Amino acid sequence: MSEVRFTDQHEWVRLDGDEATVGITRHAAEQLGDVVFVELPAAGRKVGAGAEAAVVESVKAASEVYAPVSGEVTAANDALVAEPAKVNEDPEGAGWFFKLKLSDKAEFAKLMDEAAYQEFVKGH
Amino acid sequence: MTNANDNLKHTPLYALHVELGAKMVPFAGYDMPVQYPAGVLKEHLHTREKAGLFDVSHMGQAFLDGADPAKALERVTPADIQGIAEGMQRYGLLLNDQGGINDDFMTTRLAGERALYLVVNAAMKEEDFAYIGEKLAGVADLQPALDRALLALQGPLAASVLERHAPGISAMTFMQARRVTVAGAPAIVSRTGYTGEDGFEISVGSKDAERVARALLAEPEVMPIGLGARDSLRLEAGLCLYGHDMDESTDPVEANLTWSLGKRRKEARNFPGSARILEHLLNGVGKKRVGLLPEGRAPAREGTEITDKAGRVIGRVTSGGFGPSLNAPLAMGYVESEFAANGTKVDLIVRGKALPAQVAAMPFVPNRYKRAQKK
Repeated sequence: MSEVRFTDQHEWVRLDGDEATVGITRHAAEQLGDVVFVELPAAGRKVGAGAEAAVVESVKAASEVYAPVSGEVTAANDALVAEPAKVNEDPEGAGWFFKLKLSDKAEFAKLMDEAAYQEFVKGH
Repeated sequence: MTNANDNLKHTPLYALHVELGAKMVPFAGYDMPVQYPAGVLKEHLHTREKAGLFDVSHMGQAFLDGADPAKALERVTPADIQGIAEGMQRYGLLLNDQGGINDDFMTTRLAGERALYLVVNAAMKEEDFAYIGEKLAGVADLQPALDRALLALQGPLAASVLERHAPGISAMTFMQARRVTVAGAPAIVSRTGYTGEDGFEISVGSKDAERVARALLAEPEVMPIGLGARDSLRLEAGLCLYGHDMDESTDPVEANLTWSLGKRRKEARNFPGSARILEHLLNGVGKKRVGLLPEGRAPAREGTEITDKAGRVIGRVTSGGFGPSLNAPLAMGYVESEFAANGTKVDLIVRGKALPAQVAAMPFVPNRYKRAQKK
């Protein structure tokens, strides 16, 4: 059974065992608008929680995607490079960005659950 | 999203934008639609394929009257204003005393009218009107048209759409302007725009704006278009955005806008900064505005450093993004003149990495104006 958590930078992270899949939330994708470019981290790269890990650009602007938790990148969703629009079509599914091997489960537990994130979005 | 937009001005179409589900953002002191639910990409492509309606009521409209307003206006611009034929519009630069660009603007000479009709940029309108008023004091009188809205209908189907609401309008050609009735409202219509497409700008009284906009939006070919797509359309068309691609520190030669200097004006050497500008025209200038095409897919945004292949900084991107019709990133910026030739290979420094790019001819997407047939 996987569990999904959210950051205040509008990333989602789904944990399966010690593998974390990361993407941007539907709210973030809507705010950003049509995605035209993504830059993904290479497998093997180690990232700390809160570190810049990927880039997402819409027609209008560029944004950083931060690693919600520390770990080592195990995979990147290379399909987004050819089809960045997948980020808008299915931001919390096929539009995932990268996977991490989680180094500290406590970091995951500190993130917002879905209800808390929806409250957070409402307040902004 | 928090709304701290209480101090922003509204155009006469504000309620319509909100009703259409627009995402509103502050721009030039106005709360403006940056995009509608369709999004920037679809809005951009729709404009190139069919027709898009833009609210550009934030721009500054004014009438300049006097004994000879055209002659008076030439005090602040190098454009040949006196040479504008009846029923025509012309592009011009508003220059400061040093020949730097205060703004760009459009001047229209309507048939049978002494006063000239002017349109200046939204962000500059107060400064422009004050500057023109001061420089022309005693010879011409500038009256801002605060009770007017401005709509732009742009795209290959714009003429057939507007024809239904203003019969005969499709006989107009590029840069022509006339007073007509649009959907029952008295209007000043010019066959111009800021997208590179055929299209019209329609100035109507504020009280008529929403009715005219609704009439045009009711046509099946027309979609409302926000400022996001307006920016990507003008960038593909190679058109400058004031305050980004030129400002008071750039002159017309650097900005590659020398076509807007009137021949008669260059011979008379009587416009602001003419000595310096004509010297630049003759002997060249240190930097030039150019188009840039990055080789990969990554956009290079405003402010990106441009380097030569040895890594030396030779300029900066002034507008950059992704061109939906080009389906590729594109930019414009200033480079040292020796790098300004089309095809010159340069690098763009994006997030610390050198992205290969080429200096490229503009427009990036061919323009499709309906020009008058040469006789």
